Parts: sequence; C-alpha cells; structure tokens
Amino acid sequence: MPAYILQRLLILMATLVFASFVIFGVLEILPGDAAQTMLGTSATPESVAALAHTLGLDKPFWARYLDWISGALTGDLGVSYTYGSPIAPLIWERLKVSAPLALIAMALASAIALTMGVYAAERRGKGGDSAVMAASQLGLAIPNFWLGILLVLIFAVWLRIAPSGGFPGWSDPLKALEALALPAVALGVVQGAVLTRVTRSALVEALNEDFLRTARAKGVSKRAALWRHALPNALPPILTIMGLQFANLIAGAVVIENVFVLPGLGRLILQSINNRDVLVVENCVMGLAAFVIALNTAIDLAAAAIDPRLRARES
Amino acid sequence: MSRTLQPPGLRAGFLLVGGLISTAALSLIWTPYPAAGINVAHRLQGPSWSHWFGTDGLGRDVLSELIAGARVSLLVGVIAVCIGLALGVALGLIAAATRGWIEDAIMKVCDFAFAFPALLLAILLSATYGPGIVNATIAIGVANAPIFAKLTRSAANGVLAREFALAARAAGRGPIAIAYDHVLPNIAPTLIVQATIQFAIAILAEAALSYLGLGAQPPMVSWGRMLADAQPWLLLSPRLSILPGLAVGLAVLGLNLLGDGLRDALDPKLRGRA
Repeated sequence: MPAYILQRLLILMATLVFASFVIFGVLEILPGDAAQTMLGTSATPESVAALAHTLGLDKPFWARYLDWISGALTGDLGVSYTYGSPIAPLIWERLKVSAPLALIAMALASAIALTMGVYAAERRGKGGDSAVMAASQLGLAIPNFWLGILLVLIFAVWLRIAPSGGFPGWSDPLKALEALALPAVALGVVQGAVLTRVTRSALVEALNEDFLRTARAKGVSKRAALWRHALPNALPPILTIMGLQFANLIAGAVVIENVFVLPGLGRLILQSINNRDVLVVENCVMGLAAFVIALNTAIDLAAAAIDPRLRARES
Repeated sequence: MSRTLQPPGLRAGFLLVGGLISTAALSLIWTPYPAAGINVAHRLQGPSWSHWFGTDGLGRDVLSELIAGARVSLLVGVIAVCIGLALGVALGLIAAATRGWIEDAIMKVCDFAFAFPALLLAILLSATYGPGIVNATIAIGVANAPIFAKLTRSAANGVLAREFALAARAAGRGPIAIAYDHVLPNIAPTLIVQATIQFAIAILAEAALSYLGLGAQPPMVSWGRMLADAQPWLLLSPRLSILPGLAVGLAVLGLNLLGDGLRDALDPKLRGRA
C-alpha cells in the first residue's frame, strides 16, 4: 500500500505541473501579450508596455512561470488588475459560496444515485427499472441551468417560498443554506441522473458475479446480498465515475452561479473575462483544475482501500 | 427482439433527431420572420396567429428564433464532434500503433483532459481571444477528443491483435494503410455510437456557453442566448424561458436515445446496460 500511495502522489504532482503548463501556456504564450488583451485594441503601445512591466510580463517565459508557481505555493497569487487587491483573498472569499454549493449538490447527487440505482438494479428488467431509466434519460437531457431557471420560476416567482437569487452571507447560516438550496438542486439532480445510470449498471454487473450466486445459495436474502455483497463490489467504479463527474459539476456550478446571481468563483471568472483580468482567470482555472485532480487522486486511493484487487493490479 | 421490431427508444431518437435536422434545414430557406429582426413596438406579445409563440423582449418572433437556433446547435455539434473525432482517432491510433511510453503519455494526457470540461477550456480561450462561437466550438471539440482517443486505442489494440491485421503486416502493409483498411472499418460502429452521445453533450455545452455570453454573439440566434435574453422577463413572460430550454432538452434527448438505441442494435451484449 505505501508504494501505491507514493505512486499516486507522484502522478498527482506530475499532473498538476502539466495542468499549470497548459493553463499558463494558453493564457500567456499563445496571444503573445496579456497586457494588450487587458487594455484592449485602442490602447497606446506605451501604456501596454507600462502595464506589461508592472505585471512582470516583459520577463522571459520561464521566469514568469516560476514566479507564478513559487507565488502560488506561498499563497501569493498576484494582484487583480480590476479589483486592485490581492487575488488569493478574493478567491478565498468566493470559495465560501462555491465550495458549499458543490458539496451540497454532490451529496444530493450521490443520494439520488444510490437510492435510485439500487432500486432499479433490484428490479432490473421490470417496470420500476424502466421508470428510473426513463427518468434518468430526461435528467441527462435537461440543461442544468435551464432546470435552475425553471426552479426559480416555480419556487420563487409562482410559489414565493424560496429566494430567486443572491447570497446573504454566512452570518445567518439558515438564510445562506436557503439561498443555496435551489442552485444545489439544479446541479445535483442532473448529476444524480448520470450517476444513477452508473450505479445501476455497476450493481447489475456485480449481481451477475459468481460470489453473489454462492451467497444466495448459502441462504443470504436477496436484499442482504445486494447491500452486503454487491454494493461494496460495485462501489470502486461508481466512486471513480463520481470523481470524473466532479469536474462537470464544477463547470455546471460556474453556469448555475450566474443563473442565481451567487457571488461565487464562477461569477468571479466570468466577470474577470469581461474585465479582461487575465491573472484572475488563470488562477481560478488552475485552482479548479488542481482541486478536481487532487479529488480524483483521493478517490483512487479510497477505491484501492475498499478493493485490494485494484491495488494489486496497479502497483 | 426481431430486427424489424425496432425498440421504441431508437424510433423516438430517430424522430427527434430527424426533427432537429429538418428544422435546421428549414431555417436555411425560411423562417416566419427574420430571426434577428428586432421590432420593439411588438415586444413581449403573447402567442397569436401572427406570432405563434409570441415575441421576446426586443420584439423578435420566438418561433423564428427557435427555428434558427436549431441550425446553430446542429452546426456547433457537427463541427465539435468532427474536431473531437479527428484529434481523438489520430491520437488513439498513434497510441495503439506505437505502444510503449508514447502510448502511456497519450493516455495520461487524456486522463488529465477528462478533468478539464469543455466549459473551463472555453473560459481559457475566451479570456485570451475574447468570447465567440468559434472559440466555443473549438473548446467543445478539443474537450471531446480524449474519449474518442481512449475508445480508438482500446478498440484498435483488439483489432491489431487479430489474424487479418497480423497478416496485413506480414504482407508488408505500412501502419497507416493497416489503420485505414482494417482498424477504422472495425471500430467505426463504436465511434458512431460515441459520436452521437458526444453530439448531445456538445449541444448542452454550446447552450451553456451561449447562455454565459461566451458562445454565440448577437445578432446570431442560439437557444442558449435566448435563455439569457429571457431571464429579465421571467416574471412577465415565463414562456420565453421555457421554450428554448425545451428545444435543447428535446434535441439532447433525441441524440441520447439514438446513441443508446444504436449501441444496443450494434452490440447485443450491451443491451440493457447503462
């Protein structure tokens, strides 16, 4: 196991370095000049050169990359061009909205996937299974931001029992959770549809295994066999897909935050694009990518802890 | 299941996708009104004989916008899937043909790219080159590539180990000729099924990007843009927010049903799985 953990951590480091190259490369080499992008096409060459100097853009590529990475490691992400304030606290402030939103949505999606997936697998080929599969097909087809708009229409405009958007801050946790409820449902239901299908098919596969037939032959009830034997065996692939889906959930959150006018990372990114604040976009995207990559490593390790076969095969 | 009796999902998929394609084709020759034609005097009208689905906040005819939006969705989907296929199949074939560390490197890059949804890529491109439908389509296309690369590699590895591929190599055929003559025809069904699913994902991504203002720019009409434009009128005219989303949902549902149905038809082993 220690060798396996070490191997996963090394891959994690390599992937993070690769990600930082891609992001830095796309944002800083391809266009040639971030300062020109920030100031727009009407800027004079002198003002572009001056801004490039303040941002350190006139240094060579490697020096800028190392500046960025060493700054990031010490918590100094540079200064936002539009806000005029350090970027790290700016992102931290926005994370207080985005992180809880993503976590609540993921919890909701997992709850939907486990209950619906188990329900469908238990009744595979029967009416209940078909109904769940049809519902999940609809869930896959609905854009999550449109579901968000529909939720606003139903619960905020017609029924008037939920806020239509905005975020009151965490000073009143109940009000804050209330503001996150509809966005989390919009995000979680669609993810839940994807994961329900994965859970069902992983369970159906596990239910066909020999050890399950043995367990049933030894007198274990159908239900106990499913929960005690099939589910633990189906869990590693389900967890892996959940990790991969988290990247989509984060991307979805960027859109949903704009539907509900939540002051999260997604809105910060979009505002920064409109303000041409390249540095903020760069750090936000790197932060999101790093989080998703780290989460997937954690899930690989968790899956290995659950399933020793996986560990033996990969190390 | 007999071959003549098609499963209902596949038939519904064909109908919905057929509807999408004919609507997009229709938009090339006819829409009831010019789709981008602003007429503020007639704004926010309810459904009537002259405007079946009413007009939006700028007086544009909603039906015309919906018809024109089908064209944008279809076009972005086709181009994005073609970009993904071209990149992915090339990478997958290279990986399968070379083996060793090149294969490992390509697959690791694909693993990494899975953590990078089209939306983040589009955000990066928009931040540097400015938002637009071309950048959005490229981002969606590139984000499509890893899944095609993985599929191609694993399918191609299987084909390359079979006797006819070995025989072709023994007969002195080069790797490109073998890939073209033997590998591609054998993995085409798998790729077509995946392309249908990725098409649906591309339509969803385009709608989301256009909704955020990172996709289609005015005066181009797109379902995602319609949803963004409709939001201030949610209280007065909920119809404006419901119809474009319904259009996206039906198009995506049709493509997903078609993909699932085709997979079942092509590979009976997978019938009834995810």
